[in-house]
Amino acid sequence: MSVQATEYRGSIHQQQKELMLQWYAALDRAAGNAAEQPVVSMMVSGNCVELLEGFGAVPLYPEVNALQLAIRHQSLDPILLAEELGYAADNCAYVKADIGAYLKGITPAGGRLPKPTLVLCNFVGCNTYLKWFEHTADLTGAPLYVLDVPFLRSEEPGEADIAYVVRQLKEVVARLESLTGRKFDYDRFQQATAYSAESEGLWSGIKHLAQRSPSPFDAYFDAITLMGPLYVYRARSEGVQFFRDALRELEQKPVSAEDEKFRLVVEGPPPYPYFRAFRDMFARWKACAVASTYSTVGGLWEFGFRHDPEKPFESVARHMLAQNVTNRNYLQRYEQIGHYLRAWDADGLIIHFVKSCRLFSAGQGDMREYFSRMGVPTLYIESDLEDPRYFSEAQTRNRLDAFFESLEHMKRTGARRMPLAAPQPSPLRVL
Amino acid sequence: MAECLEQSFEPLTELAQDIEFASVRRWKQGAPHRKAVAFFPVYAPMEIIHAAGMLPVGIAGAGDRLDLQHADSRFGSFICSIVKTTFELGITGKLEPFDALLFSTICDSARNLCFVMKRNFPGQHFEFLHLPHSTSESSIEFLAAEYRRLMGELQRIAGVEITAGALRNSIAMFNRQRELAGEIYTLRAEAPHLLRATESYALLRAGLRMPVEEHIAILEEMLPKIRARGGKKRDAIRVVIEGSFCEQPPLPLIRVLEAAGCDVVDDDFTLAQRWFSEPLPLEPDPVQTLAERYVRCATYSSVRHFPAAARCRGLEQRIRRSRADAVIFLIAKFCEPAYFDYVLFKKAVDQLGLPSLQLEFEEKLFTFDRLQTEIETFVESLIFD
Repeated sequence: MSVQATEYRGSIHQQQKELMLQWYAALDRAAGNAAEQPVVSMMVSGNCVELLEGFGAVPLYPEVNALQLAIRHQSLDPILLAEELGYAADNCAYVKADIGAYLKGITPAGGRLPKPTLVLCNFVGCNTYLKWFEHTADLTGAPLYVLDVPFLRSEEPGEADIAYVVRQLKEVVARLESLTGRKFDYDRFQQATAYSAESEGLWSGIKHLAQRSPSPFDAYFDAITLMGPLYVYRARSEGVQFFRDALRELEQKPVSAEDEKFRLVVEGPPPYPYFRAFRDMFARWKACAVASTYSTVGGLWEFGFRHDPEKPFESVARHMLAQNVTNRNYLQRYEQIGHYLRAWDADGLIIHFVKSCRLFSAGQGDMREYFSRMGVPTLYIESDLEDPRYFSEAQTRNRLDAFFESLEHMKRTGARRMPLAAPQPSPLRVL
Repeated sequence: MAECLEQSFEPLTELAQDIEFASVRRWKQGAPHRKAVAFFPVYAPMEIIHAAGMLPVGIAGAGDRLDLQHADSRFGSFICSIVKTTFELGITGKLEPFDALLFSTICDSARNLCFVMKRNFPGQHFEFLHLPHSTSESSIEFLAAEYRRLMGELQRIAGVEITAGALRNSIAMFNRQRELAGEIYTLRAEAPHLLRATESYALLRAGLRMPVEEHIAILEEMLPKIRARGGKKRDAIRVVIEGSFCEQPPLPLIRVLEAAGCDVVDDDFTLAQRWFSEPLPLEPDPVQTLAERYVRCATYSSVRHFPAAARCRGLEQRIRRSRADAVIFLIAKFCEPAYFDYVLFKKAVDQLGLPSLQLEFEEKLFTFDRLQTEIETFVESLIFD
């Protein structure tokens, strides 16, 4: 079977590239003029980029830098350097790539990366974030603030959770006022949440395009392209414009029934060092990801949440607490996937276990059991998001081929589309 | 008397490793309506569980006593053993004596485990506690609210009200247990030949499987006997063990360490009983006290946030207090919090001019030849340096 490139490249891809280069250029300028341009490093998950707008600060996302290194096949050297320094083979490779690249002076776009004004660890579910930012602060000498976001232990965050996060957000404001000598611009913060709400609505519209059959949008591979602007620019007018253009372009994108053979939900981050090869493994089968959990790391906007300019602090807190996949509990992820399978009308589920990220991966075997028992064709594959040593191209392709062949057989014989059974507890317990 | 004392460690060792939780079952049978709450490492506010009239029980995987039939397929590669054995304990019905199981924000794998277990074992109550990773003033207020939420759940399960008086009594009880645990570690630092690390391990670990009152009585009875024990000092390297705070190393491995010429003068095997080094005040508000002390005064630990310098200071204090010659990083395979801290700690230990050795274990390990060679080589290099 020949590889078919179904990858869509429209003008939004060019716009995305330009926006991200502008961002790196801003970081490069900040590196040369720290006093004029505050920079706050943060994690992608449930980030509070809106708050930074109140200081005109530029966000710096180590995860985005790390994944850029992996896509450009530059991650292995920094990882090896970090391992020489004592990091374990089983430590998150994002962290190792980021720290190794910092020490080697490698940057994704070739420009400089500034020392952050504040290392703001938005602890949103991922415990590795804590360690990563403790180490970053130690290495760079930048001040550290851990914004402790309580894990979502119930359906909705409690009042104590919201009050706790709001108080910490206000502490961050005070800390940044002291570090930058700038007064927090509340109006600009409020405006940022309004821009975010608009960007989020448009992003949600794009995600919902994948409910069409055939879908004009791949909610895994295409979504990843759009996620950079989502994290960096959503709280700015440029972000709103970008997502407006993207929605319009994708709405008008011509697609024919022959372009889509299988509709999938994908769970877990991609293998960035082999991103293109991995994508081609889907493309050759005309398989489209109509929904993905990874694209909700930053926020779960397709389910209706929007930042609220009337309650900016509280809405930022709610976003961090409950409206991103990483701070929600594991069973809520099962519900999320189940909802995608039904409402986005998918044929099956691909679970990609990445060894670096236990937040995503610990328990994915149970997830497979859960969905398989519900009658959902489910494939479980293992590799890594950053470390090229853990990707076996032939094996991954073989497993995906076998999965798609079986889906094809089910379609031909009409065995496909078993109705989704109600979730059941595991019957395995031996008492 | 020495022989008698040595014999008294055996049942404690067995109790600490019992995966049938016979002591918990017996305790529950002792009176109607008794309830037990298991907590996953590293720390839990045992005082609150105790004040509800329930038995707090520290669980710590299954060592090499359980074959994995189901857990490997549920958790996949690169996940630590304790997560898998805990799931396996559940699926084989061994956690049945527990009316509730308590987890907290120690790492990503343990957090997911809580919810995977919740799905698979619907007959049991699972509680996830958010222990703050912040030293901000606001985290005290939050944690007090979190403890009150936990109290509400436990009151519902136990069918009793947790009064301030009961909580004060429980805090006093656990203060005493911590004080005695502190004495054991002081004794080991002063005279490691009087109490082997494996014995100390059994003595303290068993306390996580029995009512605190009984444990206090055992410690009060045994401590004077241990102090009066004969024996002479060994010509050994004084080592601090760091990194075994969650999954526990096999006891034979600790014996290998000692046999190779190490006196383990401090370790982090049972941090739950050493979380606070000073007694907690009983007044004015006991819930507030537990929260405030957690945020302000708890020990450093790899499973909660500390700035790098403060974290390293914590280890340095342990090294100085125990007058250690070396540090052994004894890390459970796939334990990411320990792996990360190793990088910072190693740098700090190097700066102190102390030698260190990193070893990796799994609880189910049963052959120790390779590790023994590494340890012996390390000890020899120090002795003949």
